[in-house]
Amino acid sequence: MQGLERIVLAHPFFAGLGDKFGQAISGCARNLRFAAGDYLFREGEAANEFYLIRHGAVALEIHAPGRAPIVIASLGEGDILDASWLVPPYRWSFDARAIDLVRALGVDAKCLRDKCEADHDLGYELMKRFVGAMGERLRAARMQALDLYGKRG
Amino acid sequence: MNIASAIASTDCLVPQPLRIARIRRESADVSTFELAPASAFVFAAGQFNMLYAFGLGEVAISISGDPDRADRVTHTVRAVGAVSTALARLRRDMVIGVRGPFGSSWPLAESEGSDIVIVAGGLGLAPLRPAIYAVLARRKRYGRIVLLYGARGPSDILFRRELETWRRRLDVDIAVTVDHATADWRGNVGVVPALIGRAAFDPDHSVAMLCGPEIMMRFTIDALAERGMTAERIWLSMERNMKCAVGLCGHCQFGPAFVCRDGPVFRFDRIASWFKVREI
Repeated sequence: MQGLERIVLAHPFFAGLGDKFGQAISGCARNLRFAAGDYLFREGEAANEFYLIRHGAVALEIHAPGRAPIVIASLGEGDILDASWLVPPYRWSFDARAIDLVRALGVDAKCLRDKCEADHDLGYELMKRFVGAMGERLRAARMQALDLYGKRG
Repeated sequence: MNIASAIASTDCLVPQPLRIARIRRESADVSTFELAPASAFVFAAGQFNMLYAFGLGEVAISISGDPDRADRVTHTVRAVGAVSTALARLRRDMVIGVRGPFGSSWPLAESEGSDIVIVAGGLGLAPLRPAIYAVLARRKRYGRIVLLYGARGPSDILFRRELETWRRRLDVDIAVTVDHATADWRGNVGVVPALIGRAAFDPDHSVAMLCGPEIMMRFTIDALAERGMTAERIWLSMERNMKCAVGLCGHCQFGPAFVCRDGPVFRFDRIASWFKVREI
């Protein structure tokens, strides 16, 4: 097993994926490093790559005119970033900023989409994992929207 | 206190006047009041008092102070209703009427030898603070101690100085998260149940203590269950509108239980069947 494949399979998001799929994903992956304050991507940019955070923390931010950026979530080791690469128009809908030193795996989106088209077992396996992760994010976002700790909390 | 003894004793229905010795502002609408009792005030972590704003009415407020300090009665109050807003306007040396302590407590003795997982949301940290004091004062009796706390935003974080002090200890794992923040906040943004998956504790040998809005507790219980924690290891503090505080009036009825008398701290498996009943 090659180094990158080992790193891919060691990431919690890909736990139990198996060598065959691990090999396919690692063929599209590269190691990345972001210093504190670096942006992994900005809102509106093409989602050409998605990220598996191996170390450090990332703030997801939305900019609003005339006010400081609003942090909507923070992600850390073991998290993925994000699903915009999966569905058209393949554009990020928020900014992602490294809060501290971040080490991540970047996975080329088109490369992996093509492999998913060619191997639907891989595509289905990935889809199940991404839908699960996005479902968790959606539940969390709904809880945040409820403003539970506001006056009625 | 059972109903018969409550009826027999009028003491528990008569508020005692206690002077405000100190007020600490925790956030824009939350303050902590330290009251000076005339004699030793003994309570168990998790219990509550009825606080009387003279002329306006009473409100049930958990005791948020150190159970090892009998010379102070400490309450953390959020100005949210007529009575609590009136209480929040009081100043040092003014007087509050106090009845109590009432209700059940956190299972601190039964939890010795276990990991302790404390999960608080918003003002829910206040009823848990006495348990944190007690556990830390007897640190060697427990396994790992995890405190997970969620607040609305960075400026709403309660007991910030104490959280920072506890975090500096090397024997407590503390994670704080907020629902919303601006970019100058370097901490976590997200909901508190999402912290459960990463917390270091042994679900088979842990006791969880929860307090916060019921929605937050529901999702936290689900997250604990996903980690493999069983219902009898989970305790939570419930909130209901209380009037008499001694199980007489029924205002705080929760299924077959009265929150004032049988709670506010319940073992989850004992109320699980009622917890998701929408009508109560």
